[in-house]
Amino acid sequence: MSEYIISLQGVTKDFETKNGLVQALKGINLDIEPGDAYGIIGLSGAGKSTLVRCINLLETPTEGKVIFDGKTLTGLKHKDLNLERRKIAMIFQQFNLLMQRDALGNVCFPLEIAGVPKDEAKKRAMELLKIVDLEDRAHSYPSQLSGGQKQRVGIARALATDPKVLLCDEATSALDPKTTRSILALLKKINRELGITLVVITHEMDVIKQVCNKVAIIESGSIVERGEVQEIFTKPKTAAARKLFFPDGEGKETALKISHTHRIRIAFKDEHTYDPVVSNMILELKAPVNILYADMDVVDGHQRGQMVICLSDDEAVAEKQKAYLRAHDVDFAEVDVEEEEEA
Amino acid sequence: METSVLVGLLWQGLLETLYMTIVSTLVAYIIGLPIGVSLIVTSPNGIKPVSWYNKSMGFVVNVIRSVPFLILMIALMPYVRKIIGTGIGTQATVAVLIVAAAPFVARLVEQSLMEVDPGVIEAAQSMGASNMTIIRKVMLLEARPSLLNGAAVATITILGYSAMAGVVGGGGLGDLAIKYGMYRYETTIMWITVIVLVVLVQILQEIGVKAAQKLDNRL
Repeated sequence: MSEYIISLQGVTKDFETKNGLVQALKGINLDIEPGDAYGIIGLSGAGKSTLVRCINLLETPTEGKVIFDGKTLTGLKHKDLNLERRKIAMIFQQFNLLMQRDALGNVCFPLEIAGVPKDEAKKRAMELLKIVDLEDRAHSYPSQLSGGQKQRVGIARALATDPKVLLCDEATSALDPKTTRSILALLKKINRELGITLVVITHEMDVIKQVCNKVAIIESGSIVERGEVQEIFTKPKTAAARKLFFPDGEGKETALKISHTHRIRIAFKDEHTYDPVVSNMILELKAPVNILYADMDVVDGHQRGQMVICLSDDEAVAEKQKAYLRAHDVDFAEVDVEEEEEA
Repeated sequence: METSVLVGLLWQGLLETLYMTIVSTLVAYIIGLPIGVSLIVTSPNGIKPVSWYNKSMGFVVNVIRSVPFLILMIALMPYVRKIIGTGIGTQATVAVLIVAAAPFVARLVEQSLMEVDPGVIEAAQSMGASNMTIIRKVMLLEARPSLLNGAAVATITILGYSAMAGVVGGGGLGDLAIKYGMYRYETTIMWITVIVLVVLVQILQEIGVKAAQKLDNRL
Protein backbone atom coordinates (compact mmCIF):
# COMPACT_ATOMS: atom_id res chain seq x y z
CA MET A 1 0.00 0.00 0.00
CA SER A 2 1.21 3.39 -0.87
CA GLU A 3 0.62 6.38 1.35
CA TYR A 4 -0.93 8.20 -1.57
CA ILE A 5 -4.41 7.52 -2.85
CA ILE A 6 -3.56 9.00 -6.23
CA SER A 7 -0.11 9.31 -7.68
CA LEU A 8 0.67 10.65 -11.12
CA GLN A 9 4.20 9.98 -12.30
CA GLY A 10 5.53 11.80 -15.31
CA VAL A 11 2.13 11.98 -16.98
CA THR A 12 2.28 13.42 -20.46
CA LYS A 13 -0.60 13.80 -22.88
CA ASP A 14 -0.23 14.72 -26.52
CA PHE A 15 -3.11 15.51 -28.82
CA GLU A 16 -2.96 15.19 -32.57
CA THR A 17 -4.66 18.23 -34.05
CA LYS A 18 -4.91 19.78 -37.49
CA ASN A 19 -2.21 22.24 -36.49
CA GLY A 20 0.15 19.47 -35.43
CA LEU A 21 0.99 17.90 -32.11
CA VAL A 22 -0.24 19.70 -29.00
CA GLN A 23 1.25 18.76 -25.66
CA ALA A 24 -1.59 19.23 -23.17
CA LEU A 25 0.32 17.80 -20.21
CA LYS A 26 4.08 17.93 -19.82
CA GLY A 27 5.36 15.35 -17.38
CA ILE A 28 3.00 15.93 -14.46
CA ASN A 29 4.00 14.54 -11.08
CA LEU A 30 1.28 14.77 -8.47
CA ASP A 31 0.70 12.94 -5.19
CA ILE A 32 -2.60 13.14 -3.38
CA GLU A 33 -3.02 11.80 0.15
CA PRO A 34 -6.18 10.11 1.39
CA GLY A 35 -8.59 12.68 2.82
CA ASP A 36 -7.09 15.57 0.89
CA ALA A 37 -9.27 18.10 -0.82
CA TYR A 38 -6.83 18.79 -3.60
CA GLY A 39 -7.51 21.74 -5.85
CA ILE A 40 -6.11 22.01 -9.35
CA ILE A 41 -6.45 25.53 -10.65
CA GLY A 42 -5.53 27.10 -13.93
CA LEU A 43 -6.89 29.19 -16.73
CA SER A 44 -8.87 27.54 -19.49
CA GLY A 45 -6.56 25.66 -21.82
CA ALA A 46 -4.02 25.09 -19.06
CA GLY A 47 -4.68 21.35 -19.20
CA LYS A 48 -6.57 20.85 -15.95
CA SER A 49 -9.51 19.03 -17.54
CA THR A 50 -7.14 16.70 -19.36
CA LEU A 51 -5.27 16.15 -16.11
CA VAL A 52 -8.35 15.06 -14.18
CA ARG A 53 -9.40 12.78 -17.06
CA CYS A 54 -6.02 11.11 -16.87
CA ILE A 55 -6.72 10.13 -13.26
CA ASN A 56 -9.63 7.83 -14.21
CA LEU A 57 -8.19 7.22 -17.66
CA LEU A 58 -11.02 8.81 -19.62
CA GLU A 59 -7.94 10.13 -21.37
CA THR A 60 -5.08 7.68 -21.78
CA PRO A 61 -1.78 9.36 -20.94
CA THR A 62 0.74 9.31 -23.77
CA GLU A 63 3.45 8.63 -21.22
CA GLY A 64 3.70 8.15 -17.49
CA LYS A 65 1.99 6.18 -14.76
CA VAL A 66 -1.27 6.67 -12.89
CA ILE A 67 -1.38 4.87 -9.57
CA PHE A 68 -4.65 4.69 -7.64
CA ASP A 69 -4.73 3.20 -4.16
CA GLY A 70 -1.55 1.26 -4.80
CA LYS A 71 -2.69 -0.09 -8.18
CA THR A 72 -1.22 1.04 -11.46
CA LEU A 73 -4.17 1.95 -13.66
CA THR A 74 -2.20 2.67 -16.81
CA GLY A 75 -1.90 -0.57 -18.75
CA LEU A 76 -4.80 -2.28 -16.99
CA LYS A 77 -7.23 -4.26 -19.14
CA HIS A 78 -10.46 -2.43 -19.92
CA LYS A 79 -12.46 -4.79 -17.73
CA ASP A 80 -10.17 -4.39 -14.72
CA LEU A 81 -10.02 -0.64 -15.26
CA ASN A 82 -13.82 -0.50 -15.13
CA LEU A 83 -13.75 -2.20 -11.73
CA GLU A 84 -11.30 0.41 -10.40
CA ARG A 85 -13.31 3.25 -11.91
CA ARG A 86 -16.20 2.42 -9.59
CA LYS A 87 -14.02 3.65 -6.73
CA ILE A 88 -13.26 6.93 -8.51
CA ALA A 89 -16.47 8.91 -8.92
CA MET A 90 -16.76 12.04 -11.00
CA ILE A 91 -19.05 15.05 -11.24
CA PHE A 92 -19.19 17.40 -14.18
CA GLN A 93 -19.75 21.03 -15.10
CA GLN A 94 -22.75 20.11 -17.27
CA PHE A 95 -23.94 17.49 -14.73
CA ASN A 96 -24.23 14.83 -17.47
CA LEU A 97 -27.36 13.22 -16.08
CA LEU A 98 -29.42 10.74 -18.08
CA MET A 99 -32.27 12.91 -19.39
CA GLN A 100 -34.65 9.98 -19.80
CA ARG A 101 -34.33 8.81 -16.20
CA ASP A 102 -35.66 10.50 -13.09
CA ALA A 103 -33.41 11.53 -10.19
CA LEU A 104 -33.79 8.15 -8.51
CA GLY A 105 -33.05 6.32 -11.77
CA ASN A 106 -29.92 8.39 -12.27
CA VAL A 107 -28.60 7.58 -8.80
CA CYS A 108 -29.44 3.88 -9.36
CA PHE A 109 -27.45 3.79 -12.60
CA PRO A 110 -23.93 3.27 -11.18
CA LEU A 111 -25.40 0.65 -8.83
CA GLU A 112 -26.91 -1.18 -11.81
CA ILE A 113 -23.50 -1.10 -13.48
CA ALA A 114 -22.00 -2.57 -10.33
CA GLY A 115 -24.63 -5.34 -10.39
CA VAL A 116 -26.49 -4.34 -7.22
CA PRO A 117 -30.01 -5.88 -7.09
CA LYS A 118 -32.77 -3.42 -8.04
CA ASP A 119 -34.54 -3.15 -4.66
CA GLU A 120 -31.31 -2.67 -2.81
CA ALA A 121 -30.16 -0.08 -5.35
CA LYS A 122 -33.39 1.88 -4.94
CA LYS A 123 -33.09 1.88 -1.17
CA ARG A 124 -29.51 3.07 -1.33
CA ALA A 125 -30.38 5.70 -3.91
CA MET A 126 -33.11 7.12 -1.68
CA GLU A 127 -30.64 7.38 1.20
CA LEU A 128 -28.24 9.26 -1.03
CA LEU A 129 -30.93 11.64 -2.25
CA LYS A 130 -31.63 12.34 1.41
CA ILE A 131 -27.98 13.23 1.99
CA VAL A 132 -28.12 15.78 -0.84
CA ASP A 133 -31.51 17.09 0.32
CA LEU A 134 -33.49 15.93 -2.69
CA GLU A 135 -35.60 13.07 -1.39
CA ASP A 136 -38.78 14.91 -2.39
CA ARG A 137 -37.58 15.22 -5.99
CA ALA A 138 -36.76 11.53 -6.47
CA HIS A 139 -39.25 11.17 -9.31
CA SER A 140 -38.44 14.43 -11.06
CA TYR A 141 -36.64 14.27 -14.38
CA PRO A 142 -33.47 16.36 -14.89
CA SER A 143 -35.41 18.73 -17.17
CA GLN A 144 -37.62 19.57 -14.19
CA LEU A 145 -34.71 20.35 -11.86
CA SER A 146 -32.66 23.51 -11.41
CA GLY A 147 -28.90 23.56 -12.05
CA GLY A 148 -28.09 23.22 -8.36
CA GLN A 149 -30.53 20.35 -7.96
CA LYS A 150 -29.07 18.61 -11.00
CA GLN A 151 -25.59 18.86 -9.52
CA ARG A 152 -26.94 17.44 -6.25
CA VAL A 153 -28.28 14.46 -8.19
CA GLY A 154 -24.84 14.22 -9.81
CA ILE A 155 -23.22 14.16 -6.38
CA ALA A 156 -25.65 11.55 -5.06
CA ARG A 157 -24.95 9.45 -8.15
CA ALA A 158 -21.21 9.84 -7.61
CA LEU A 159 -21.48 8.67 -4.01
CA ALA A 160 -23.58 5.62 -4.87
CA THR A 161 -20.75 3.13 -5.18
CA ASP A 162 -18.91 4.30 -2.03
CA PRO A 163 -16.00 5.79 -3.92
CA LYS A 164 -12.66 6.62 -2.35
CA VAL A 165 -12.12 9.61 -4.57
CA LEU A 166 -14.48 12.20 -6.02
CA LEU A 167 -13.23 14.07 -9.08
CA CYS A 168 -14.98 17.42 -9.53
CA ASP A 169 -14.56 18.86 -13.00
CA GLU A 170 -15.61 22.53 -12.80
CA ALA A 171 -18.57 21.28 -10.79
CA THR A 172 -19.86 24.75 -9.92
CA SER A 173 -18.89 26.70 -13.03
CA ALA A 174 -22.40 26.54 -14.49
CA LEU A 175 -24.08 27.64 -11.24
CA ASP A 176 -24.95 31.00 -9.74
CA PRO A 177 -22.93 32.26 -6.72
CA LYS A 178 -25.48 31.26 -4.10
CA THR A 179 -25.95 27.74 -5.47
CA THR A 180 -22.19 27.47 -5.86
CA ARG A 181 -21.72 28.12 -2.15
CA SER A 182 -24.24 25.44 -1.16
CA ILE A 183 -22.71 22.87 -3.52
CA LEU A 184 -19.21 23.69 -2.23
CA ALA A 185 -20.44 23.33 1.35
CA LEU A 186 -21.84 19.92 0.41
CA LEU A 187 -18.52 18.87 -1.14
CA LYS A 188 -16.66 20.03 1.97
CA LYS A 189 -19.06 18.00 4.11
CA ILE A 190 -18.50 14.91 1.95
CA ASN A 191 -14.75 15.38 2.32
CA ARG A 192 -14.85 15.88 6.09
CA GLU A 193 -17.62 13.51 7.15
CA LEU A 194 -17.31 10.67 4.66
CA GLY A 195 -13.54 11.01 4.34
CA ILE A 196 -13.72 10.94 0.56
CA THR A 197 -10.68 12.42 -1.15
CA LEU A 198 -11.62 15.30 -3.43
CA VAL A 199 -9.85 16.43 -6.56
CA VAL A 200 -11.31 19.80 -7.45
CA ILE A 201 -10.70 21.24 -10.90
CA THR A 202 -11.55 24.90 -11.21
CA HIS A 203 -10.54 28.25 -12.63
CA GLU A 204 -11.97 30.11 -9.63
CA MET A 205 -9.79 30.75 -6.60
CA ASP A 206 -12.89 31.13 -4.42
CA VAL A 207 -13.68 27.44 -4.97
CA ILE A 208 -10.18 26.50 -3.81
CA LYS A 209 -10.41 28.80 -0.79
CA GLN A 210 -13.72 27.32 0.30
CA VAL A 211 -13.08 23.63 -0.20
CA CYS A 212 -9.42 22.69 -0.57
CA ASN A 213 -6.56 22.16 1.82
CA LYS A 214 -4.00 21.70 -0.94
CA VAL A 215 -3.65 23.22 -4.34
CA ALA A 216 -1.62 22.82 -7.50
CA ILE A 217 -1.42 25.62 -9.99
CA ILE A 218 -1.23 24.45 -13.57
CA GLU A 219 -0.05 26.59 -16.43
CA SER A 220 0.31 25.43 -20.05
CA GLY A 221 0.51 21.76 -19.13
CA SER A 222 2.87 21.98 -16.15
CA ILE A 223 2.37 22.38 -12.43
CA VAL A 224 4.14 25.63 -11.54
CA GLU A 225 3.41 25.71 -7.83
CA ARG A 226 1.82 23.43 -5.27
CA GLY A 227 1.33 23.06 -1.56
CA GLU A 228 -1.02 23.83 1.31
CA VAL A 229 -3.61 26.42 0.35
CA GLN A 230 -2.78 28.36 3.55
CA GLU A 231 0.88 28.35 2.68
CA ILE A 232 0.48 29.48 -0.92
CA PHE A 233 -2.02 32.12 0.11
CA THR A 234 0.49 33.47 2.61
CA LYS A 235 3.63 33.17 0.53
CA PRO A 236 2.93 32.68 -3.14
CA LYS A 237 6.22 31.98 -4.90
CA THR A 238 5.26 32.36 -8.53
CA ALA A 239 3.65 35.14 -10.49
CA ALA A 240 0.97 32.65 -11.57
CA ALA A 241 0.01 31.98 -7.96
CA ARG A 242 -0.08 35.66 -7.10
CA LYS A 243 -2.22 36.41 -10.10
CA LEU A 244 -4.73 33.74 -9.12
CA PHE A 245 -4.84 34.53 -5.41
CA PHE A 246 -4.81 38.29 -5.71
CA PRO A 247 -6.29 39.15 -9.06
CA ASP A 248 -6.68 42.77 -7.99
CA GLY A 249 -4.51 42.93 -4.88
CA GLU A 250 -1.21 43.81 -6.47
CA GLY A 251 -2.70 44.94 -9.70
CA LYS A 252 -1.10 47.55 -11.84
CA GLU A 253 -3.98 49.98 -11.56
CA THR A 254 -3.64 50.35 -7.79
CA ALA A 255 -0.20 49.66 -6.48
CA LEU A 256 2.12 49.84 -9.40
CA LYS A 257 1.45 53.46 -10.26
CA ILE A 258 3.26 54.38 -7.08
CA SER A 259 6.81 53.35 -7.72
CA HIS A 260 8.28 52.38 -4.42
CA THR A 261 11.13 50.20 -3.38
CA HIS A 262 9.79 49.21 0.03
CA ARG A 263 6.49 47.76 -0.97
CA ILE A 264 5.54 44.65 0.92
CA ARG A 265 2.60 42.32 1.07
CA ILE A 266 1.50 41.14 4.49
CA ALA A 267 -0.64 38.07 5.03
CA PHE A 268 -2.07 37.88 8.50
CA LYS A 269 -2.48 34.57 10.27
CA ASP A 270 -5.53 33.79 12.38
CA GLU A 271 -4.08 35.20 15.58
CA HIS A 272 -3.06 38.44 13.91
CA THR A 273 -6.24 39.03 12.03
CA TYR A 274 -7.81 40.76 14.99
CA ASP A 275 -4.62 42.49 16.21
CA PRO A 276 -3.93 46.02 15.02
CA VAL A 277 -0.31 45.13 14.18
CA VAL A 278 0.17 47.77 11.52
CA SER A 279 -1.41 50.51 13.62
CA ASN A 280 0.78 49.58 16.58
CA MET A 281 3.85 49.67 14.36
CA ILE A 282 3.01 53.17 13.16
CA LEU A 283 2.44 54.37 16.70
CA GLU A 284 5.54 52.76 18.11
CA LEU A 285 7.99 53.72 15.34
CA LYS A 286 6.27 57.05 14.74
CA ALA A 287 6.66 56.57 11.00
CA PRO A 288 3.60 56.34 8.71
CA VAL A 289 3.06 53.71 6.05
CA ASN A 290 1.01 53.97 2.94
CA ILE A 291 -1.74 51.33 2.67
CA LEU A 292 -2.27 50.44 -0.97
CA TYR A 293 -4.63 47.52 -0.58
CA ALA A 294 -6.28 45.55 2.18
CA ASP A 295 -8.67 42.63 2.17
CA MET A 296 -10.10 39.97 4.45
CA ASP A 297 -10.83 36.44 3.32
CA VAL A 298 -11.68 32.99 4.57
CA VAL A 299 -9.27 30.37 3.28
CA ASP A 300 -9.88 26.69 4.01
CA GLY A 301 -11.88 27.69 7.07
CA HIS A 302 -9.30 30.17 8.37
CA GLN A 303 -9.70 33.91 8.56
CA ARG A 304 -7.00 35.51 6.46
CA GLY A 305 -6.23 39.19 6.05
CA GLN A 306 -3.86 40.59 3.52
CA MET A 307 -2.48 44.04 2.95
CA VAL A 308 -0.08 45.72 0.57
CA ILE A 309 1.74 48.64 2.17
CA CYS A 310 4.57 51.02 1.34
CA LEU A 311 7.12 51.35 4.09
CA SER A 312 9.00 54.51 4.80
CA ASP A 313 11.20 56.03 2.09
CA ASP A 314 13.95 56.25 4.64
CA GLU A 315 16.05 53.10 4.30
CA ALA A 316 16.82 52.93 8.04
CA VAL A 317 13.21 53.43 9.12
CA ALA A 318 12.03 50.85 6.60
CA GLU A 319 14.45 48.31 8.05
CA LYS A 320 13.10 49.07 11.54
CA GLN A 321 9.57 48.56 10.31
CA LYS A 322 10.49 45.21 8.80
CA ALA A 323 12.21 44.21 12.02
CA TYR A 324 9.07 45.18 13.94
CA LEU A 325 6.92 42.97 11.74
CA ARG A 326 9.33 40.07 12.02
CA ALA A 327 9.39 40.47 15.78
CA HIS A 328 5.62 40.23 15.83
CA ASP A 329 5.68 37.07 13.75
CA VAL A 330 3.95 38.60 10.75
CA ASP A 331 4.62 37.00 7.38
CA PHE A 332 5.44 39.45 4.66
CA ALA A 333 7.13 39.46 1.31
CA GLU A 334 8.65 42.26 -0.71
CA VAL A 335 6.59 42.91 -3.78
CA ASP A 336 8.84 42.72 -6.76
CA VAL A 337 7.78 45.58 -8.97
CA GLU A 338 9.71 44.38 -12.02
CA GLU A 339 8.27 40.91 -11.97
CA GLU A 340 4.72 42.11 -11.48
CA GLU A 341 5.02 44.41 -14.44
CA GLU A 342 6.11 41.54 -16.64
CA ALA A 343 3.25 39.46 -15.44
CA MET B 1 -67.07 -2.39 -61.34
CA GLU B 2 -69.31 -3.65 -58.60
CA THR B 3 -68.78 -2.02 -55.25
CA SER B 4 -68.31 -5.30 -53.41
CA VAL B 5 -65.59 -6.39 -55.86
CA LEU B 6 -63.93 -3.03 -55.56
CA VAL B 7 -63.98 -3.16 -51.77
CA GLY B 8 -62.61 -6.70 -51.90
CA LEU B 9 -59.74 -5.65 -54.15
CA LEU B 10 -58.93 -2.63 -52.01
CA TRP B 11 -59.06 -4.66 -48.82
CA GLN B 12 -56.70 -7.26 -50.21
CA GLY B 13 -54.38 -4.56 -51.51
CA LEU B 14 -54.38 -2.82 -48.16
CA LEU B 15 -53.59 -6.04 -46.30
CA GLU B 16 -50.76 -6.85 -48.71
CA THR B 17 -49.34 -3.35 -48.38
CA LEU B 18 -49.49 -3.50 -44.58
CA TYR B 19 -47.93 -6.95 -44.60
CA MET B 20 -45.05 -5.86 -46.83
CA THR B 21 -44.48 -2.64 -44.91
CA ILE B 22 -44.58 -4.14 -41.44
CA VAL B 23 -42.51 -7.25 -42.17
CA SER B 24 -39.83 -5.42 -44.11
CA THR B 25 -39.62 -2.58 -41.58
CA LEU B 26 -39.17 -5.07 -38.76
CA VAL B 27 -36.51 -7.07 -40.57
CA ALA B 28 -34.85 -3.86 -41.79
CA TYR B 29 -34.56 -2.76 -38.15
CA ILE B 30 -33.24 -6.13 -37.04
CA ILE B 31 -30.43 -5.68 -39.57
CA GLY B 32 -30.13 -1.89 -39.66
CA LEU B 33 -30.22 -1.08 -35.95
CA PRO B 34 -27.05 -3.03 -35.06
CA ILE B 35 -25.34 -1.60 -38.15
CA GLY B 36 -26.31 1.94 -37.13
CA VAL B 37 -25.08 1.34 -33.59
CA SER B 38 -21.84 -0.17 -34.87
CA LEU B 39 -21.24 2.86 -37.11
CA ILE B 40 -21.51 5.21 -34.11
CA VAL B 41 -19.49 3.00 -31.77
CA THR B 42 -16.61 2.54 -34.21
CA SER B 43 -16.51 6.16 -35.42
CA PRO B 44 -13.32 8.12 -34.64
CA ASN B 45 -15.02 9.78 -31.63
CA GLY B 46 -16.96 6.65 -30.67
CA ILE B 47 -16.53 4.52 -27.58
CA LYS B 48 -14.55 1.93 -29.53
CA PRO B 49 -13.05 3.44 -32.68
CA VAL B 50 -12.35 0.83 -35.39
CA SER B 51 -11.35 2.79 -38.46
CA TRP B 52 -11.30 0.02 -41.07
CA TYR B 53 -14.73 -1.32 -40.05
CA ASN B 54 -16.29 2.12 -39.88
CA LYS B 55 -15.02 3.09 -43.29
CA SER B 56 -15.93 -0.15 -45.08
CA MET B 57 -19.38 -0.47 -43.47
CA GLY B 58 -20.06 3.19 -44.20
CA PHE B 59 -19.09 2.57 -47.82
CA VAL B 60 -21.40 -0.44 -48.21
CA VAL B 61 -24.30 1.50 -46.69
CA ASN B 62 -23.69 4.42 -49.01
CA VAL B 63 -23.48 2.25 -52.12
CA ILE B 64 -26.83 0.56 -51.49
CA ARG B 65 -28.44 3.84 -50.52
CA SER B 66 -27.30 5.59 -53.65
CA VAL B 67 -29.12 3.15 -55.96
CA PRO B 68 -32.72 4.32 -56.57
CA PHE B 69 -35.21 1.78 -55.25
CA LEU B 70 -36.81 1.08 -58.60
CA ILE B 71 -33.45 0.23 -60.17
CA LEU B 72 -32.34 -1.79 -57.17
CA MET B 73 -35.56 -3.77 -57.36
CA ILE B 74 -35.12 -4.64 -61.04
CA ALA B 75 -31.42 -5.39 -60.54
CA LEU B 76 -32.14 -7.74 -57.65
CA MET B 77 -35.07 -9.55 -59.32
CA PRO B 78 -33.04 -12.42 -60.84
CA TYR B 79 -31.35 -13.13 -57.52
CA VAL B 80 -34.60 -12.93 -55.57
CA ARG B 81 -36.16 -15.37 -58.06
CA LYS B 82 -33.27 -17.77 -57.60
CA ILE B 83 -33.41 -17.63 -53.82
CA ILE B 84 -37.12 -17.60 -53.00
CA GLY B 85 -38.46 -19.02 -56.25
CA THR B 86 -40.47 -16.05 -57.45
CA GLY B 87 -39.77 -12.56 -58.75
CA ILE B 88 -43.26 -11.16 -58.29
CA GLY B 89 -45.75 -10.80 -55.47
CA THR B 90 -45.43 -9.69 -51.92
CA GLN B 91 -42.71 -12.18 -50.90
CA ALA B 92 -40.33 -10.97 -53.59
CA THR B 93 -41.10 -7.34 -52.76
CA VAL B 94 -40.41 -7.89 -49.05
CA ALA B 95 -37.00 -9.35 -49.87
CA VAL B 96 -36.03 -6.35 -52.02
CA LEU B 97 -37.50 -3.88 -49.52
CA ILE B 98 -35.31 -5.30 -46.75
CA VAL B 99 -32.15 -4.91 -48.83
CA ALA B 100 -33.06 -1.33 -49.70
CA ALA B 101 -34.34 -0.31 -46.27
CA ALA B 102 -31.72 -1.80 -43.94
CA PRO B 103 -28.96 0.67 -44.89
CA PHE B 104 -31.49 3.50 -44.74
CA VAL B 105 -32.49 2.41 -41.23
CA ALA B 106 -28.80 2.16 -40.27
CA ARG B 107 -28.26 5.80 -41.23
CA LEU B 108 -31.41 6.91 -39.39
CA VAL B 109 -30.29 5.09 -36.24
CA GLU B 110 -26.79 6.53 -36.59
CA GLN B 111 -28.25 10.04 -36.86
CA SER B 112 -30.41 9.55 -33.76
CA LEU B 113 -27.52 8.21 -31.70
CA MET B 114 -25.36 11.14 -32.76
CA GLU B 115 -27.69 13.39 -30.79
CA VAL B 116 -26.81 11.68 -27.49
CA ASP B 117 -24.80 14.04 -25.29
CA PRO B 118 -21.17 12.83 -25.27
CA GLY B 119 -20.96 14.07 -21.67
CA VAL B 120 -23.50 11.49 -20.55
CA ILE B 121 -21.50 8.74 -22.25
CA GLU B 122 -18.36 10.04 -20.56
CA ALA B 123 -20.17 9.97 -17.21
CA ALA B 124 -21.13 6.33 -17.77
CA GLN B 125 -17.53 5.51 -18.69
CA SER B 126 -16.33 7.20 -15.50
CA MET B 127 -18.66 4.88 -13.55
CA GLY B 128 -16.99 1.87 -15.10
CA ALA B 129 -19.81 0.95 -17.48
CA SER B 130 -18.92 -1.59 -20.17
CA ASN B 131 -19.40 -0.57 -23.78
CA MET B 132 -22.39 -2.92 -24.03
CA THR B 133 -24.03 -1.24 -21.04
CA ILE B 134 -23.35 2.18 -22.54
CA ILE B 135 -25.00 1.12 -25.81
CA ARG B 136 -28.02 -0.48 -24.15
CA LYS B 137 -28.64 1.77 -21.19
CA VAL B 138 -27.28 5.11 -22.26
CA MET B 139 -27.21 5.52 -26.03
CA LEU B 140 -30.37 3.65 -27.04
CA LEU B 141 -32.42 4.91 -24.09
CA GLU B 142 -31.32 8.53 -24.32
CA ALA B 143 -31.99 8.53 -28.06
CA ARG B 144 -35.36 6.80 -27.71
CA PRO B 145 -37.57 9.73 -28.80
CA SER B 146 -35.40 10.39 -31.83
CA LEU B 147 -35.29 6.67 -32.68
CA LEU B 148 -39.08 6.50 -32.61
CA ASN B 149 -39.41 9.51 -34.88
CA GLY B 150 -36.88 7.83 -37.17
CA ALA B 151 -38.94 4.64 -37.13
CA ALA B 152 -41.99 6.55 -38.33
CA VAL B 153 -39.95 8.05 -41.17
CA ALA B 154 -38.55 4.60 -42.05
CA THR B 155 -41.99 2.95 -42.08
CA ILE B 156 -43.46 5.67 -44.29
CA THR B 157 -40.54 5.46 -46.70
CA ILE B 158 -40.88 1.67 -46.87
CA LEU B 159 -44.62 2.05 -47.46
CA GLY B 160 -43.80 4.30 -50.40
CA TYR B 161 -41.24 1.81 -51.74
CA SER B 162 -43.75 -1.05 -51.44
CA ALA B 163 -46.22 0.88 -53.59
CA MET B 164 -43.49 1.42 -56.16
CA ALA B 165 -43.09 -2.36 -56.36
CA GLY B 166 -46.48 -2.39 -58.09
CA VAL B 167 -44.69 -1.54 -61.32
CA VAL B 168 -43.20 -5.03 -61.45
CA GLY B 169 -46.25 -6.77 -60.03
CA GLY B 170 -45.19 -6.58 -56.43
CA GLY B 171 -48.69 -6.75 -54.96
CA GLY B 172 -50.42 -4.36 -52.62
CA LEU B 173 -52.08 -1.00 -53.23
CA GLY B 174 -49.43 0.12 -55.71
CA ASP B 175 -50.06 -2.93 -57.83
CA LEU B 176 -53.78 -2.16 -57.72
CA ALA B 177 -53.25 1.44 -58.76
CA ILE B 178 -51.12 0.47 -61.74
CA LYS B 179 -53.22 -2.47 -62.94
CA TYR B 180 -56.58 -0.76 -62.69
CA GLY B 181 -55.80 2.90 -62.59
CA MET B 182 -53.17 3.01 -65.30
CA TYR B 183 -53.67 0.03 -67.59
CA ARG B 184 -57.49 0.07 -67.46
CA TYR B 185 -58.07 3.79 -67.02
CA GLU B 186 -60.15 3.26 -63.88
CA THR B 187 -59.33 6.58 -62.31
CA THR B 188 -61.68 5.96 -59.38
CA ILE B 189 -59.55 3.06 -58.17
CA MET B 190 -56.45 5.13 -58.74
CA TRP B 191 -57.71 7.92 -56.54
CA ILE B 192 -59.06 5.62 -53.88
CA THR B 193 -55.66 3.97 -53.51
CA VAL B 194 -54.06 7.41 -53.32
CA ILE B 195 -56.46 8.39 -50.53
CA VAL B 196 -55.88 5.13 -48.65
CA LEU B 197 -52.11 5.65 -48.87
CA VAL B 198 -52.42 9.24 -47.65
CA VAL B 199 -54.50 8.11 -44.67
CA LEU B 200 -51.99 5.34 -43.89
CA VAL B 201 -49.09 7.77 -43.91
CA GLN B 202 -50.97 10.18 -41.65
CA ILE B 203 -51.73 7.43 -39.15
CA LEU B 204 -48.13 6.16 -39.10
CA GLN B 205 -46.73 9.67 -38.68
CA GLU B 206 -49.16 10.40 -35.84
CA ILE B 207 -48.28 7.16 -34.04
CA GLY B 208 -44.56 7.92 -34.38
CA VAL B 209 -44.82 11.49 -33.10
CA LYS B 210 -47.16 10.60 -30.25
CA ALA B 211 -45.04 7.66 -29.11
CA ALA B 212 -41.88 9.77 -29.23
CA GLN B 213 -43.52 12.51 -27.16
CA LYS B 214 -44.98 10.13 -24.65
CA LEU B 215 -41.67 8.40 -24.09
CA ASP B 216 -39.59 11.58 -23.94
CA ASN B 217 -38.94 12.61 -20.36
CA ARG B 218 -37.21 15.81 -21.35
CA LEU B 219 -40.54 17.50 -21.96
